[in-house]
This record gives sequence, structure tokens and C-alpha cells, in this order.
Amino acid sequence: MSEAAVQMNASDEEQVKSAKSETILYVDGVSVTFDGFRALNNLSFYVEPGELRAIIGPNGAGKTTMMDIITGKTRPDTGDVLFKSEIDLTKMDEAEIANLGIGRKFQKPTVFESHTVFDNLLLAASGGRGVFQALFHRLSEAEKIKIEKTLVTIMLEDKRDEMAANLSHGQKQWLEIGMLLMQEPELLLVDEPVAGMTDSETEETAKLLRSIAKEYSVVVVEHDMEFVRDLDCKVTVLHEGSVLAEGRLDHVQKDPRVIEVYLGR
Amino acid sequence: MRNDMFSMLRRSPFCIQQARKVVLGFGLLFACLLIFATALPKGAMAYSDEELRIVAEGLNAKSATQKIKVIEEMAADGDPRVAPILRAMLEGDLYVRESDEHIVITRKQGKVYTHIDIVSGEEVGESGSKEISKIKVNNRLRGVLRDALATLNLFSSDLTTRTNAVEQIMDARDPAMLPLLLRAIDREENETLLARMELARATMALAAGETTEERLAAIEVLSSETTPQIRAVLSQFVASAEAEGYEPEVVAAAEDALESVEGRLSTWQTVGDVYRGISLGSVLLLAAVGLAITFGVMGVINMAHGEMIMIGAYTTFMVQQALGSFLPSGSAWSLVISVPAAFLVAGAVGVVIERCVIRFLYGRPLETLLATWGVSLVLQQAIRTIFGATNQQVTAPDFMSGAIEFSTGLVLTYNRLWIILFSIIVVAGIAAVLRYTAFGLQMRAVTQNRRMAGSVGIRTGYVDALTFGLGSGIAGIAGVALSQISNVSPNLGQTYIIDSFMVVVFGGVGNLWGTVLGAFSLGIVNKFLEPMAGAVLAKIFVLIALILFIQKRPKGLFALKGRAVEA
Amino acid sequence: MTDYRQKYQTTPVIGWLLKDRGGMILLGILIAAAILVPLSNLLLPESSAFHVPTWMVSLLGKYLCYALLALSVDLIWGFCGILSLGHGAFFALGGYAMGMYLMRQIGDRGVYGDPILPDFMVFLNWQELPWYWYGFDMFWFAIVMAMFVPGLLAFVFGFLAFRSRVTGVYLSIITQAMTYALLLAFFRNDMGFGGNNGLTDFKDLLGYSLQSDGTRAGLFVASCVFLGICYVLARGITQSRLGKVLIAIRDAESRVRFTGYRVEYYKLFVFTVSAVMAGIAGALYVPQVGIINPGEFAPALSIEIVIWVAVGGRGTLYGAVLGAFIVNYAKTFFTGAMPDFWLFFLGGLFIAVTLFLPKGVIGAVPAFGSADRQSIITAWRKRRANEGGKA
Repeated sequence: MSEAAVQMNASDEEQVKSAKSETILYVDGVSVTFDGFRALNNLSFYVEPGELRAIIGPNGAGKTTMMDIITGKTRPDTGDVLFKSEIDLTKMDEAEIANLGIGRKFQKPTVFESHTVFDNLLLAASGGRGVFQALFHRLSEAEKIKIEKTLVTIMLEDKRDEMAANLSHGQKQWLEIGMLLMQEPELLLVDEPVAGMTDSETEETAKLLRSIAKEYSVVVVEHDMEFVRDLDCKVTVLHEGSVLAEGRLDHVQKDPRVIEVYLGR
Repeated sequence: MRNDMFSMLRRSPFCIQQARKVVLGFGLLFACLLIFATALPKGAMAYSDEELRIVAEGLNAKSATQKIKVIEEMAADGDPRVAPILRAMLEGDLYVRESDEHIVITRKQGKVYTHIDIVSGEEVGESGSKEISKIKVNNRLRGVLRDALATLNLFSSDLTTRTNAVEQIMDARDPAMLPLLLRAIDREENETLLARMELARATMALAAGETTEERLAAIEVLSSETTPQIRAVLSQFVASAEAEGYEPEVVAAAEDALESVEGRLSTWQTVGDVYRGISLGSVLLLAAVGLAITFGVMGVINMAHGEMIMIGAYTTFMVQQALGSFLPSGSAWSLVISVPAAFLVAGAVGVVIERCVIRFLYGRPLETLLATWGVSLVLQQAIRTIFGATNQQVTAPDFMSGAIEFSTGLVLTYNRLWIILFSIIVVAGIAAVLRYTAFGLQMRAVTQNRRMAGSVGIRTGYVDALTFGLGSGIAGIAGVALSQISNVSPNLGQTYIIDSFMVVVFGGVGNLWGTVLGAFSLGIVNKFLEPMAGAVLAKIFVLIALILFIQKRPKGLFALKGRAVEA
Repeated sequence: MTDYRQKYQTTPVIGWLLKDRGGMILLGILIAAAILVPLSNLLLPESSAFHVPTWMVSLLGKYLCYALLALSVDLIWGFCGILSLGHGAFFALGGYAMGMYLMRQIGDRGVYGDPILPDFMVFLNWQELPWYWYGFDMFWFAIVMAMFVPGLLAFVFGFLAFRSRVTGVYLSIITQAMTYALLLAFFRNDMGFGGNNGLTDFKDLLGYSLQSDGTRAGLFVASCVFLGICYVLARGITQSRLGKVLIAIRDAESRVRFTGYRVEYYKLFVFTVSAVMAGIAGALYVPQVGIINPGEFAPALSIEIVIWVAVGGRGTLYGAVLGAFIVNYAKTFFTGAMPDFWLFFLGGLFIAVTLFLPKGVIGAVPAFGSADRQSIITAWRKRRANEGGKA
């Protein structure tokens, strides 16, 4: 509670600076406009190392655009995006950012459908990304062990040789999360991981993300309130491209502005 | 009057000598008549009948040099009867009749020669080839005769003949013509032609003028004109200034004048390039605008688009043939009828293609590309089988033939002007359909969100087919216009397909104004490069520039920005 | 529990080659053809039923070159989703490099008898050989150029295109523009490549007369060998981790980017390799047909190559080879027997294959096709049923 209050009133320069020095992700004053439509409007928030953060907001609040900016797909018009307090992400492209240790899961599950589950994880495995490294790559024992471990984590160990295309929707979501894990990222951005999942799958996914969050910093964008409650973490509410409220879920749910945005219209 | 006297003085001694040689007894009388003749009012005949006969006999002189003297003398006179004589001589129809040594013009029919009197212009009998002997002409004489005829035309009663004569004189710029021109200026009453004559005089006075003032005045006249001809006159003068030792102030004035003429000419050149560019642009626009709908709005890569244009052109041909055989009086309207006909035929073919092939391939652009390429091959071969591989002749109606010509060298042909106008009308029509009709609204709805459009009751399949039909129909309309400037053959479509795609991609997919701007800017750039690099290299440069441009802005000039939609 | 250890063992080349059933059949046929066809052509008497006439040897050799060209297109289209409609340009450039060597081999036996200048240059009143013709009197240089020039063009073009993320149909359209621009350029006499007529009237290759049966058989064998080598190379590439990345790019390009791969470098690599293969195909093709002219740059021909691959079955490599043989045999047959029907057939083939046989002939054979063998029409019916259900 008190932590949230401090953050919400963090207009003080000093506090911003000290916050900046220990964040894994620092987004400050980011705006972006598409053909006159302001998708992000002076958006600022930050994530601490090891934190699990949920970001919610109605349609068009700018959630996916925010992901695009952090991962280098879209360039902001103004504002700073810093990784680990010092690396400027706004100048880099997707591959560079991915190699820094930021993994992204798409809204629609995106796996390599013509490859087996094993190969999907193999391709995501950290290590040489160069063309010739890939050409002469030989699977090492360490990689095999790591892939096996991840298969267990994402509950797909018996689907190892199945084509990814033949997985169920929920399994694809898990596989994609598994691929993120194989990248050994420091920060995971997860876009609507439970969209289209059954209740039991949703529950399993929440468990999965919570366990992952023990090792990595995770930002989850989600609609599903039950799921967000399951995550049991700090929540940032976006509205019309900027932060409307921030804090624990039961705290922000009492915020009259949040209630208006969700129910008022 | 000064030159009248001058020409008379130059002519008189020679005439007398000639006359003496032929009929000595007439000598004195002739001189008197001659003086009398020159004193006649303007426009009257310069020779009396008898004089003309005598002078003309000099054309049969022994030596070519003497003949030339007579020709020049006759030509300088301005008698309208001289021209037919000289023309007959040029064409080898001038003979001497053995019986009375009279000169006659003959008209040959079979083996019979009809004689025409040179004085009265009436038929005066006929004979075989033995009773007459031909007046011989060599190449040198022919040249002289042609020049002489040009001078004579200056005094023709026909305005067009006179105008042509003035232009000829201006081209030749022979100072010897100057006196004659001055006489023509005195007589001329047509204002426009008078101005041309003054200009012609100035071109000659530049070199032949006697005083500094005369030359400066000539430069003054010349500097106000803007034609490549005058530029040539001035630059020639400037170039020869040193050798000829002209006055420095005249040379300086000529240089200034040259510069200003060149400046204006290059402006006109630019105007011409822009016009030609717009003209090419309008052709590209017509070819591409249907694609702007099928590719731009629907995202369908229709490689058979060029064949829709071809079908439009063949429809025009068919309409023209049908009108020609059933209703010849209405053939002037064939193009007007062809526009809706081509729209319907090409549109119908488009709907069939959409229903049979394309609708199965939405969301698979590469497959669509291959399948429609297959369609294009089938259509080409079908047309080739039906009509044959040769070009079909589509005639232009009267209102599309001819041109507006400017003295500055710019020629605006009517068919190009019509095509420019037509392309603008077509684009305006499409914009109106898209914006103001219910169909346009449904079409935009389906493109933006097929699912949602379907659930609000729009029959999406129906809209798809009609949209594709619209794009194809417009390509058909383009075919009507392009039949006027391209060969109507089965390969017609192939010549436009790459260009059309370039225009749409350059302009930005899904944006009609982008297509318009893309077409015109590609057209203009192409035409500006052409004078520098030649047509083929210009085209290559444009293609390379486009390839580079697409890499700079992969979505064209007017791409819509937005949140990443692809996954 | 599973055999993945064995399955993903660091297998030597032979290992994965043995598992590639279609590839083994193809290589077997190639080896057999490379031995039997020349033998039967050169040793058996013409009266023998097993005698392969020389024209047939050349025709098959030509098909082999097309097959190699199709292989190069399949490598980028089937495995990386890059639909190049300008691969004919690389083929033609390779062909021109070989043509220039053959041209210089003519020496003073040309119509004008100039020892250095080819006939068309003498005809155009050129006084000396342009600089870019230097070195082509040496065979090795011509071969290097036949690979280097297409490779360089592909590298530069690909670098620009892939860096700015020109993908899908946009890429197809600009590759088409590229070959069209080259077509126009090579038609020009002052380019120094023989203009409209191209390069022809070749006499001999490495001292062997191009007319002799022995040379033609030799060229046939060379075509078999190069097709085999390129097949093994292409298979090696697609089997490696790089090949897996390529397939991943084909299926989900941005996922690959977000996984940290520089997609543009991967595309550039495979595009360049493919262009080099196309160049080799062109270099083998020219001595067998005896002419190279700008017509080879025509965009329509480049699109035709794609249909060879589609007919055979994209993404299989051996399918491309099969497709090249099927379509080109059909072309030889139709243009001889009923020329008016050739374009109907070809056009129909484009439509039919995309609609009914998206996996090509190979996909229709159960032993080779994968489980998912539905045509686009059935896929479409399913999708429409889905949409109808939801709406």
C-alpha cells in the first residue's frame, strides 16, 4: 500500500532519479502518434528487478503499443525507455533488444508451426545468433538438458516431437512462454497469456507465471481480472495512453477513475 | 519605294538585252512599257501579255547561267502568272512549240500533249511529241526554280501560301531575298503575317543591315520572339561576330537577346517536359487506378490486371467494328459507347475471376499472385485464339485527331489532351463512388473489418465480387483510352502491368491520391530524364530509383502508420 | 523413454542424407543418368532401342539446368518464404558470363575474323574490347564470374531489401522490376552484350567442339553433377539450425526477430546462395542451347520458374526438380504438338496448382506428403464453416 502511494506521488525529481538507478525497465514521458491518433500520451512507469507486474486497461488504452515500443518494433515520438537503468532501447531494433535479455510473448500465440516442440525450444535457446554459427551448429549436451528442463516447466514433456501446429491453443501459449524462458531473458513481456484458455489452463498459467517471476522480472498485459487477481502482484492501469492508477488490485479497483473508465461508459 | 527602284534598276539592262536578242524591233517599246509597268499601282500585273511572252522565251536560252538570270528576273517581278510557268519548268512540262517558237505548258495524256498558253492560261491546241521540244533543266536550275517559286508565293493571293513562303524565307535567310520581302511587307494586309514578315526581315537585317541602328532594331525585334529558329539565328550571328567584324554594341545586344531567348526557351522546354510527363502520367494513372482498388483496397495482387485493360481495348475494337457494319453514321460515337461497354465486359470478367479463383485465396497474397498470373496467360491466349496475334486497328474519332501547335515548338495533340482529361474524370468518379455511395461504404467496411461487416448484415462475398468487378471494369475503361495510343494486341496488358504495380506501390497502397500523385510524378520524372538519357535508360533509372525508394519507404509515399498488426 | 538423443545426435552428412528418402532417389537417378545416358549415346549404335540420340541428351541437359534453377527458387521460397519473381535474372547473368567466355573462344573464326573483338562489336564499329570483357578468355575466370556476379547482385539487392524489411508481394514486385530493368538494359547495344541478338555462334568449350556428341555428353554429366552437389548443399543448409531458422522466418518472421535473430542476415545469406546456384544453372545452360539473349531476363520467364516449384511441391527441394521436369516436358510437348494450347495449359496449371495442389505433385504422394495435405479449397470451406458458425 504505502509503496504504491509513494510511487503514485513520485513527482519529486530526487525520487525519480533514485528509482531510475535501480529499475530493470524505466519508461518516462513516452508519446507516440499514428496519423493524428495519440496512442501513448506521456506514459511513465517503471519495473523493479525481480518484480511481477500486471498491466490492465480497456481496449485502445495503448497496452500493445507500449509493448511495441519496449521491444523496438515502434519508435516513440518523445520519451525515454531504459533497460537496466542505462541502456537506451529507443535506438535499437527487435533482435538487439531480444539479445539484451527482453523476451516478448505475443497476444496471439506465435510459435513456429512447422517445427517440433523440441525444435521450437532449440531455436529459442540462448547462444549464437549469427548466420554461420547457425549453419555449423551442433546440439550440445547442455542445450539438451536445458530444453528437457523447460519442457517439464511448461508441461509439454510428452509433446516433444509433436509439430507445434498440432498443439492446442493453451499449449501453444505455454510453448511460447517456454521459448521465452529458453532465451534466458532478464525481463519477460507477456501479452494476454490466457486469452482463449480454459479455466484450468488459466489457473495453470497463473501458477507458471508466478513461478517464473521468482527468477525473472515479468510484465503481464491482461484483461482477465480473475487471472490478475491470481497473479497477486502490483497492477498498473492504462487509459488513453497514460497511467491512470497503480497499486495492488483491490486498491486500484476502488479508485473512482478506474471504476469510471471500466464501467462508466 | 526605294527597293522598288532598286529592283527595277537591277532588272532593266538585262531585260533590254534579252529582248534585243530575241526580237530586236521591240527594244525601245519594251523599255517604255517596262517603266510604265513599274509605275503601276500595287497588286496590278507587272508584265503585259507581250512582255511576259518575250521574257519567258529567255527560259529557252542556251546556257544555264542565262536561264537562271531569266528565272530570277521573272520571279522578282511578282506577276501571278509566272508561278505556273516556273512550276511547269521545274516539273519538265515546259516546251517550245516548233511551229511558232512560243513557250507552252503541256499536259500529257497518253501520247498527246495538250498545249496551254503561258499568258492566258487557256488550252491552245495539242500535238505529238515531235512538234514540241522540251526546255531542259539540270539540278542547279531546279534549285533555282524552287527558290524562285518560294519568292513568288510571297505574292500569292492565298494567305496560307504566303505564310508558308515567309516561313521558307526565314529558314533560308538569304539576304538576296530581303528586297523582295520588303516589297511583300508593303503589300501585306494580314496583321499576323505582317508580324511574321517583320520577324523574317529582322533575321536578315541582322547580317545584311547597313547601319548599327538597323541591326539594333533587328535584334530588338528578334529578342521578343521565343522559337528555336530565332535562337539559331542569334547564336549564328554571335558566333560569326568576330569574323565579320560587327560593332561591339550590336554584338553585346545580340548576346543579351540570345540569353533572354534561351532563357524563355528553356522555360518552354520545361513546360513541354511537364506536359509530356503529365501525359505519360495520365496513361500510367489510367492503367494503375483499377489496381489501386483491387490491390490497394482489397489487397489482392491481380497479375491479370493488364489483361483487363486489354479486354477493354478489344471491346473498343468490337464496338467500332459493329458500328461500322450496322450503323456507319454512328461510328463517330464508338468511343463514347465503348466506355460503358468496356466497363461491363471487363467488370464481368473480373467478377467471374473473383468468384472462381480469388475468393479461395484471400489472405494468401503469394498464391493469389500466381493464380492470377495463370488467369492472365489464359486470357491472353484466348484473345490470341479468337482475334489472332496481330494488332487490331482502332481508329480515332475526329475530335481526337489533330493538335494545337505553339511556335515555341510545343505540340499538344488532342488525343493526349483527351486522355489527360479522361483520367481525371475517371479518378474523380471512383473517389465519388468510394465516398458517397452505399456500395463505397460497404466496401470500406469489408476491407477494414470483414467479420464485423459480415455481422452487421453486409454480404461480404457479394461486396468482394463487386469491388473486384469495379477495379477490373475501370481497367477496361482504361483500355478504351489506351487503345488510342497503344497497339491493340494480346500483349497490350503485359506492357502496362509492371508500370501499374510500380505506380500503386510508389503511391502507397490503399490510397487513391497516392496513386494519382505516384502516376504523375513517375510520368514527369521519366520525361525529364528522357532528354538527358534516352527513353530506355530513363526507364531503367526510374525502375532503379523505385527499387531504392521502396526500400526507404516500404509502404509507399502515403503509407498509413499504425500499431503493429502482423504477429 | 524417447529416442531424441539418437535422433538429434550430431550426425554426419551421410546420416541425414540417408534419412532424406526423396533426396536419395533423386541422387540415385542422377548418378544413373550421368553414367547410362552418355554411354548409350556414345557407345550404342543408332539402331539400338536403348540408344539415346544427341538431341535428347541436350534436351535432358537443358531440363537439368532448369531443375537446378527451380532448386534455387525452392530454397528461398519453400524454406524462407521469399517469393522471387526475378530469379531468371541471376540465371541469365550466369549464362552471360559463360556466353562471354564462349564468345572469346571463337577468336578469329567469326564472320569478320577479328582475333579479339566478337562479331557484334566489329559490326558496331567498336575499336577495342570493353574493360568488363577482360579475363573472359580464361575458363576459370568465367566460371567464377558466373557465380560471383549473380551473387553480388543478390547480395546488394537483398541487403537493401531485407534491411528495410520489404517482404511478401512487395518483394516479389521489386524483384520483378529488377529483372525488367536488366531486360531493358541488356537490349541496349551500347551495353556491350550483343543487344537484342545476345551472344551466339559459339564454337568450342575448353577446346572441345560444342557440336560434337562427346562434348554434349560431357555437359550433360556436368549438369547432373552440379545438380547433385547443389542438392546436397541445399539439403545441408535446410537441415542445419540455420535451415530451421529459415523455416521459422517463413512461418513467423517477427517471432524470430523477437527471439533475437537478425532476420535480414539469414535472408541475405540464403538469397545469395540461391542466386549463385541460379548463376551456375545459367552457365551450364548456355553451352547446351548455344545462345543467350536478353529474353532470358523477361519477367514472365521468372514467374514460370515459380510454377515449376509449385507443381513439384515447394519446400521439398526434390519436388522442385521433379516440377521442372514435368512442366518443361509439357512445354516441349505442347509447343511441338499444339502450340496454341501451351499458354492455356500453363495458365491452367498456375490456377489448378494454387487451388487444388498447394503441396504439389510430391504432396499428393502419400509416402512423401505430410499429414496435413488439404487443398486450399478444403481449407477455405473449413474456414467459412467456422466463420459461419461464429457469426
